[in-house]
Amino acid sequence: MGRTVVNVADERPDIAADAASERTSGGSALIALSLRLLSIGPLLILVLLAGTIGLLTPAFLTPGNLGNIVAQTAVIATVAIGQHLVILTRGIDLSVGANLALATVIGSLVFRQVDSAALVMAAMALSGALVGAVNGIAYVYGRLPHPFIITLATLSICRGLALELAVGHTTMRGMPEGIAALGRSTSFGLPSSFFVVAGVAALVLVMAKAMVWGRWIYAVGGQPEAAVQMGIPVKGVLVTTYVLSGLCAGIGAVILAGRTEAGSPLYGNLLELDTIAAVIIGGASFLGGRGHIGHALVGAVMIGVIRNALNLLGVDVFFQMIAIGLIIVLAVEADVLRNWLEARARVLQAARAP
Amino acid sequence: MTTPPPVLAIRRAEKRFGAVHALKSVSLEAHRGQVLALLGDNGAGKSTLVKCISGVHALDEGEILLDGEAVAIHSPAAARRFGIETVYQDLALFDTLTPAQNFYCGREIAFPSWLPQGLRLLKGRAMDRQAAAVLDRLKVKLPRFDAPVALMSGGQRQAIAVARATVFARKVVILDEPTAALGVRESRKVLDLVAQLRAEGNAVILITHNMEHVIELADRAVVLRQGRKVGELKPTRANQQELVSMIVGAEA
Repeated sequence: MGRTVVNVADERPDIAADAASERTSGGSALIALSLRLLSIGPLLILVLLAGTIGLLTPAFLTPGNLGNIVAQTAVIATVAIGQHLVILTRGIDLSVGANLALATVIGSLVFRQVDSAALVMAAMALSGALVGAVNGIAYVYGRLPHPFIITLATLSICRGLALELAVGHTTMRGMPEGIAALGRSTSFGLPSSFFVVAGVAALVLVMAKAMVWGRWIYAVGGQPEAAVQMGIPVKGVLVTTYVLSGLCAGIGAVILAGRTEAGSPLYGNLLELDTIAAVIIGGASFLGGRGHIGHALVGAVMIGVIRNALNLLGVDVFFQMIAIGLIIVLAVEADVLRNWLEARARVLQAARAP
Repeated sequence: MTTPPPVLAIRRAEKRFGAVHALKSVSLEAHRGQVLALLGDNGAGKSTLVKCISGVHALDEGEILLDGEAVAIHSPAAARRFGIETVYQDLALFDTLTPAQNFYCGREIAFPSWLPQGLRLLKGRAMDRQAAAVLDRLKVKLPRFDAPVALMSGGQRQAIAVARATVFARKVVILDEPTAALGVRESRKVLDLVAQLRAEGNAVILITHNMEHVIELADRAVVLRQGRKVGELKPTRANQQELVSMIVGAEA
């Protein structure tokens, strides 16, 4: 049997070649299709999830509830946008939750001195960015092998500072009217915080996709050694990334303070894990250099939808945690599968080259 | 006819790493439109020499002359500004970027010019167009121009790395074992590319262990052994054995 095949190939090399190329091009078409499915997978799951929940509980797809989800997701989404930049560079920022808490406390302290929305907002944003700068500078110039430890340290420091600075070491009521309005008011049927998230997302999208700096982030996260060899200012890129992540935490602080009309050292507990989960669930790669802002946003909304839906369905909070954990496993495996498919595509490519 | 000065000349290069004397008074010259093969066993000093030329290491003593003028090459970025391009063995490609994005990574075409480079906006179409023109000129065929290089074969990736070097090389292209990881067919394409680089007037420095490739392509071969230059000749079929003896140190 095998011999016959060889003979045919010997006599009619053109047929054998055709068959071979057909086989490989069929294979690579399948791989291309799989890769495309993987890239829109998270969005697809989100849409299916929302559809299913909508059928199960009519209360889910009402404008009021959707507005709720948006308002509840706004903080995670904003901070996840910063986290996604850090993860693009192969990093991690564990300090965002504590950073956010410290920012709201500092905002509250400023509010006690001056009743100015602009000043309080600036104080929160600046506080967030400063903590980010400490992370970035200590990581890069302290020659640390990984940002895990330094951001763990600043997590502890920020939480401690926030508790120490907060009057009575607890929640401080009251925010300027301009910030409180952000949490209360709606425009075009959407909570105002939605427009803050949209603004931040649009800005970061432009920076990541249209600016040279954005290209450098992907390069540094994708192949750090090559980035050095190609003369990219790797240190500067890393520091600015952590500053932006901190700034996003500061903006998240403004949104949360607006919704609750308070600042508190207890805010943002486990927010670092929610934002990392959002980025990974959304489909960005934990290995760096791959992903976009849509991943962070889709992931954040998915977490919001799951929490909201399970609440509506009256499911225990433990099951929310289990569900989110399972989706994280799924997302990470999808990343592994994607890498395997690409390696496969490379082999087929080599086989097909003339 | 007076010959122009060599585009790259190394004079009495010395390099030590602690107790290891990696380069001992090595001199060599590379000329435009010629391929110079750099031969030697593992640990002979080839990589050290190349790293000194491409700005990764600095020479302890000796000098590097470009077109007859002594220059100090302090960093990879400085080497590139002088017109020296290096294709590293690991290729230094960015898997998630397309060929054109890889070409210009670290040297993006962007505007406006009064902003610092990092804050400028990318001119994607201009980079795509120019990268396509270079690939076309070098007769490099890629399955898809807009796909990330992660999806391309070893030979295609090698071709992209070599082509990237040609975009910016104005004087010297250094290739560190460009065919080491490739099959016969893909090696062939890269060798054609090297010949094309030479035809376009670049000085090419080629590191390889493949004697067939040396004899086919190299106009001259410099042999290093234990950090010392032990010979320089024009490689031919006739003196292949002599070359090998020089590399391993067995006197014929």
